[in-house]
Amino acid sequence: MSETVKNFLYLNRKAPYGTIYAWESLEVVLIGAAFDQDVSLAFVDDGVYQLTKGQDTSEIGMKNFSPTYAALGDYEVKKIYVEKESLDERGLSLDDLQHLVWEDEDEDYAEKDSIHLVSRSEMAALMDGADVVFSF
Amino acid sequence: MAIEVNGKTYETDEEGYLANINDWEPGVAEVMSKEDDLELTDEHWDIINFLREYYEEYQIAPAVRVLTKAVGKKMGKDKGNSKYLYGLFPYGPAKQACRYAGLPKPTGCV
Repeated sequence: MSETVKNFLYLNRKAPYGTIYAWESLEVVLIGAAFDQDVSLAFVDDGVYQLTKGQDTSEIGMKNFSPTYAALGDYEVKKIYVEKESLDERGLSLDDLQHLVWEDEDEDYAEKDSIHLVSRSEMAALMDGADVVFSF
Repeated sequence: MAIEVNGKTYETDEEGYLANINDWEPGVAEVMSKEDDLELTDEHWDIINFLREYYEEYQIAPAVRVLTKAVGKKMGKDKGNSKYLYGLFPYGPAKQACRYAGLPKPTGCV
């Protein structure tokens, strides 16, 4: 089994609305998570906006899918990497993002943080270490 | 396609899922289950209501594995297992119960 598990990195670079990339990526992640692969998500550039709190799409006629990121923990997606430089460049910090967690069944459903803040060089290393990178 | 509930007609997709989630009323589940020759019990309604709450919170219909785990957490392990859930919804707990609940087909279901 172990030799067939690959590291999948889903790289999200675009703002959540205006294009379909963010939603498509999320759907692919949710589908892919059913196949017992080692899944990580990365958010860089405008992609960091996908995780911001308090999104309101009522004026643009699109579904607000930001609540769905909170379901990632249920889908065993526990590794979400956000690039610090991308946040800084946009005047954002971790506090502007949703608090995403996963529940550890082995520790009585203790909630653990899913989001990890990484530097640009650490992000490059993550991409380098992944078997497959899906870029959205 | 369409489904008729209490004199009202609601649009459905080619697989029988409601086209518009806001059309849902409990009668939708009653009519759909009758077509499947299934009688809805309180246990069925627990799952249907759970799915509607899940959708309300996360805006998706959960995959069966996720549903099973979430039910187990909320209602206990004796209900959070495939045997129990397939016993209630023989066509697949996620697929069939989501349809009754007016949700879209679960993401990742074929």
